[in-house]
Amino acid sequence: MASSFTRILSSKRHLGILSFVGGSVTAGFLLHREHVSAGVPVRRRYPASAEYPDLRKHNNCMASSLTPALYAKLCDKATPNGYTLDEAIQTGVDNPGHPFIKTVGMVAGDEESYEVFADLLNPIIKERHNGYDPLTMKHPTDLDSSKLQSGQFDERYVLSSRVRTGRSIRGLSLPPACTRAERREVERVVVDALAGLKDDLAGRYYSLTQMTEEEQQQLIDDHFLFDKPVSPLLTCAGMARDWPDARGIWHNNNKTFLIWINEEDHTRVISMEKGGNMKRVFERFCKGLKEVERLIQERGWEFMWNENLGYILTCPSNLGTGLRAGVHVKLPLLSKDARFSKILANLRLQKRGTGGVDTAAVGGVFDISNLDRLGQSEVQLVQTVVDGVNYLIECEKRLERGQDIKVPAPLKLFK
Amino acid sequence: MPFGATHNQMKMKYSSEAEYPDLTKHNNHMAKVLTPAMYEKLRSKETPSGFTVDDVIQTGVDNPGHPFIMTVGCVAGDEETYEVFKDLLDPIIEDRHGGYKPTDKHKTDLNSANLKGGDDLDPNYVLSSRVRTGRSVRGFCLPPHCSRGERRAVETLSIEALASLSGDLKGKYYALKNMTDAEQQQLIDDHFLFDKPVSPLLLASGMARDWPDARGIWHNDNKTFLVWVNEEDHLRVISMQKGGNMKEVFDRFCTGLTKIESLFKDRGHAFMWNEHLGYVLTCPSNLGTGLRAGVHVKLPHMSKNAKFEEVLKRMRLQKRGTGGVDTAAVGGVFDISNADRLGFSEVELVQMVVDGVRLLVDMEKRLEKGQSIDDIMPAQK
Repeated sequence: MASSFTRILSSKRHLGILSFVGGSVTAGFLLHREHVSAGVPVRRRYPASAEYPDLRKHNNCMASSLTPALYAKLCDKATPNGYTLDEAIQTGVDNPGHPFIKTVGMVAGDEESYEVFADLLNPIIKERHNGYDPLTMKHPTDLDSSKLQSGQFDERYVLSSRVRTGRSIRGLSLPPACTRAERREVERVVVDALAGLKDDLAGRYYSLTQMTEEEQQQLIDDHFLFDKPVSPLLTCAGMARDWPDARGIWHNNNKTFLIWINEEDHTRVISMEKGGNMKRVFERFCKGLKEVERLIQERGWEFMWNENLGYILTCPSNLGTGLRAGVHVKLPLLSKDARFSKILANLRLQKRGTGGVDTAAVGGVFDISNLDRLGQSEVQLVQTVVDGVNYLIECEKRLERGQDIKVPAPLKLFK
Repeated sequence: MPFGATHNQMKMKYSSEAEYPDLTKHNNHMAKVLTPAMYEKLRSKETPSGFTVDDVIQTGVDNPGHPFIMTVGCVAGDEETYEVFKDLLDPIIEDRHGGYKPTDKHKTDLNSANLKGGDDLDPNYVLSSRVRTGRSVRGFCLPPHCSRGERRAVETLSIEALASLSGDLKGKYYALKNMTDAEQQQLIDDHFLFDKPVSPLLLASGMARDWPDARGIWHNDNKTFLVWVNEEDHLRVISMQKGGNMKEVFDRFCTGLTKIESLFKDRGHAFMWNEHLGYVLTCPSNLGTGLRAGVHVKLPHMSKNAKFEEVLKRMRLQKRGTGGVDTAAVGGVFDISNADRLGFSEVELVQMVVDGVRLLVDMEKRLEKGQSIDDIMPAQK
């Protein structure tokens, strides 16, 4: 960072400031730097030390990694689209976090963010994804659902099964940074491709701006409709701009394959059904994803993906597979056992209430899903859920019979 | 967002039609004025600090408005916004401020001696009196667009200037992020503390970024003069006290404001002002004087009278609940204030409030006695 202070007389706005230089030191030093980096200049009038955010009350991954030195190194950089560090970290600055939940605190505005801001994102990725090192490790992608073993659960316990992920369209900015035209282009590209799906995948698109009241009510009843984000984690990142322009929901006629367009990511892809046939849910998931990929490739587009980070999504927590495979499962006895949390942790599973993240369980029914996203393949993660949920059901049955249960050994990460 | 103007050039590779916002369901001033042709003309421009037309209108795009209330739907990111985007802002200003033309001149008058009366509002009816305005420090970007460094610089300048106030204006600054629990509770009890904005109108424009960094409240020891730093504007200045002595409130307001302005000038900073728009603030609705002079007044009979709205309209006044804008009146107590901001001077606006409230109280007293108010209905001001 430059330590000399340059007088710029090119704009009358700066003259007002420069006349103040003789005054208070604490008002900051005045500096005009045009710093070309990643092909784009970023104008700054104050040195990095005057711009560095106050993170003393913060508890998120960004705050843990963003030292003043790192901020100074990155603050003048921008991606080719013009996305800056300040924009990427805004959500983490605005949301200090929770003492118990460590949020990520940063988003990507485009694919290049992961490159241009790698010095900050890599340690964040490491912290969030169990020590995964993007510089040295490769992420396995495997959407061959035939490899999944024993994916049929006991339906006296498992009420529903679901797999979700996200996909981004290469060449278009991500939701925090996209312009209206880009967002509309994402919608056009994806809707166009989805129109090519056939048979059990054939379906229809419902644009949020044009939905009728009946359509809206039906989508709510089906638990498909997503709303404008209210979480400040998302709104502070700029993802809700221009709502509901270019947002919509596509689903197949059978209501088992669903795609959200331009919510938190370009697309969120969901396969789900009632009951415990995770195998079939995953089969449809893989088939649908591959079909959609083929259809957009036919039209000259592709998904954002690279061999270190896997599929690129808006939030660093969703890198790799972006996959969350989960069930709604009845575990009234096990959930009251003191060892429940430890069992889940060792199985690399997490629990949520059936309303989704941050809700409480009702009637002993839990949403159980994989903790991990990056460093293991889709097949591996769904297998983890299958094996883990089967183990949990076994425990529940044993407790029903008055038998004791065992805490399993912790699973290895990065197989 | 600050300094992201390169993003604007990237946008130019898409056509204007592809970028033009969908305003079909919108009802705000921006949506009424921003045609596709105007958007095409303005989209390639930016202010010297990089504020673009999309930045100006984001809040209006994100908040379609209300069928009954016409919101402005745009904000300024710096002083130059009003010049660079005048094609958009001039018609909005004209519509919002009663036909104020791009060639009109605005008169500033902060000589409170010019106010006639105002020390005579009946305290049995007028519970409290208050005058507020805003000021922007020239050379710094406004809350929707400022960087953390700029916002902190505005705070530092303000703290220094306010620390020089003396006499009955002597006071203390409370930074939002350093406040103790006890200080916070006291400020809440005094009705001084402002919170992080929750209105989507404000949030969508980016004003709440980095909260509570560089935000704070200054007030004098007597608790009658108050300055908010870096909330919706650089500075909001408030003079208030219990009772109906609006003259005293306005005297203190003018003295304090004039003193603060000279303290800033001593340090090399002027307030944003020009002879067309008066004082320049973040929201176009606050241009000119930025002044809202108001009272909390008991009007249980008058407010139920069929002529209440007509009297307010003719006196150029507006009513609100005592919780502020968009709240309902409780117990027949209303917040009555001037409806105008631009095209009238500070003295003229406070005079309207003083004259108007005096009349409303007279009408209330008549109605209490069962008498008619027809013969004292005012003419349109």
